[in-house]
Amino acid sequence: MTALTGAPPSPTPATPPTPAAPGKKPPRARGRLTPYWLLLPGILWLLVFFLMPMVYQASTSVQTGSLEEGYEVTWHFATYWDALSEYWPQFSRSVLYAGSATALCLLLGYPLAYLIAFRAGRWRGLILILVIAPFFTSFLIRTLAWKTILADGGPVVGALNTLHVLDVTSWLGITAGERVLATPLAVVCGLTYNFLPFMILPLYTSLERIDGRLHEAAGDLYASPFTTFRKVTLPLSMPGVVSGTLLTFIPASGDYVNADLLGSTDTRMIGNVIQTQFLRILDYPTAAALSFLLMAAILVMVSLYIRRSGTEDLV
Amino acid sequence: MSFATSFVRRLRRHLVVLAGLLTLGYLLLPNVIVTVFSFNDPKGRFNYEWQGFSADAWRDPCGVSGLCDSLAVSLQIAAWATLGATVLGTMTAFALARYRFRARGAVNSLIFLPMAMPEAVMAASLLTLFLNLGAELGFWTILIAHIMFCLSFVVVAVKARVLSMDPRLEEAARDLYAGPLQTFRRVTLPITAPGIAAGALLAFALSFDDFIITNFTAGSTVTFPMFVWGSAQRGTPVQINVVGTAMFAVAVLFVLAGTAVANRRRKQQA
Repeated sequence: MTALTGAPPSPTPATPPTPAAPGKKPPRARGRLTPYWLLLPGILWLLVFFLMPMVYQASTSVQTGSLEEGYEVTWHFATYWDALSEYWPQFSRSVLYAGSATALCLLLGYPLAYLIAFRAGRWRGLILILVIAPFFTSFLIRTLAWKTILADGGPVVGALNTLHVLDVTSWLGITAGERVLATPLAVVCGLTYNFLPFMILPLYTSLERIDGRLHEAAGDLYASPFTTFRKVTLPLSMPGVVSGTLLTFIPASGDYVNADLLGSTDTRMIGNVIQTQFLRILDYPTAAALSFLLMAAILVMVSLYIRRSGTEDLV
Repeated sequence: MSFATSFVRRLRRHLVVLAGLLTLGYLLLPNVIVTVFSFNDPKGRFNYEWQGFSADAWRDPCGVSGLCDSLAVSLQIAAWATLGATVLGTMTAFALARYRFRARGAVNSLIFLPMAMPEAVMAASLLTLFLNLGAELGFWTILIAHIMFCLSFVVVAVKARVLSMDPRLEEAARDLYAGPLQTFRRVTLPITAPGIAAGALLAFALSFDDFIITNFTAGSTVTFPMFVWGSAQRGTPVQINVVGTAMFAVAVLFVLAGTAVANRRRKQQA
């Protein structure tokens, strides 16, 4: 389960992060090559099947040619420009949808993580299991269930309609008339749902580490519950907020399942474009360029994060 | 009046709990729908509207052509991917947790990046590699891809466990003249086993449920998620919900049993 939280620091602050710290000899000191032998298969696998594909993709993106005649590297950087100008709407839509979903995840996930960490008592284990349990049903099946929940004329849409919520959202342009399905709202709703556990788990990990006596101390010093939250809890949970945000935004920005199943042609995200270009239109250079642009954007975000916290906390 | 104020006060005190439970409801609602609709008796090709009760799908879960074949393919791939990722990931985790070596930062980044990359990007680049190498897409390309993206998660789980282990236990074993192999087999492995198991379980779940990367690397092989995706376009059989519900129930039972066993063991030790 800690693994799901991915980016947050390893949950054992008590032990030194570098076990071979000065004064402490690493066990089994014989054979200085041992770590390299241990690393070799795993790292080789990642080099060949993760890093090398990226290089191939970079080279494909500057090739020209056709499926029949084959492709050649011609350093045709115009592909990038063309791809960006043609698919700019999908790019900005991806950022917008993934950003909204991330904000919603934070808003919805924080209370639940707080509840598990401080208020759940003996229910803590059960609630944690319930947060992870949906993972065990195929996410496609669960995403399809949203088609039922948000169905036209269904109870949810009916209630939103009666409360005039749909009037407001339609005016904002995120729903269309009396429909929620096939609108941006449905896609964001699905994205939020699918990536919510990725927000909750790192938040929980960082909240759980907070010493409860700090809350008591703040209360003793006449801080109101809200002030305690703002000045003590929230700042101490920032590592969880940062990693949760990354773990939600990154997969959400490349997702195409929600936009495909719950959206319409007007809600297509960059993932949808990459998928169609690669698997249906077979325009490999454009697809590679788009995928490379998405990767570059993500890498910038990740490296900013690494600069903040160093590489040791990554894995 | 006083009732109203006490109600408001109580509400304010439990606002977090209420909000948290609402979120939990949001998380679980789709599973409830999946379960309820596994008993639906749909009139059309799609299973999105409630028509009436029927347990037919539960009596004949393999009644749709291709569904159980795709399940078998998924289970097979998940099993092999779990094995591969767990072995490679555990070795990597031990190297990271126990040794100092050059290029540590680079290795950390290389392990982190697959977890931080949108699946579509990894999928697209893997497909480019396979196309360039002229590899035939199918079982093996899916397996290679799954081991690749599961590996990092295993490393995270195992590394955390190895780091939290008391190094004095191994020192004690050596002081009692245990050889390196014996120390590893009798002390290190049993203590780190829960971390390895957690990593393996996660790898299995990730591989079994993966759609995006599989979709790019599968060729004409159909895994269970790909079967669901295809049926979302053509018509969703109720049997899909049956499989989803069964998976959910089995997983929850499995986890509950695991927690019970762990609790009992802790009590025995105490």
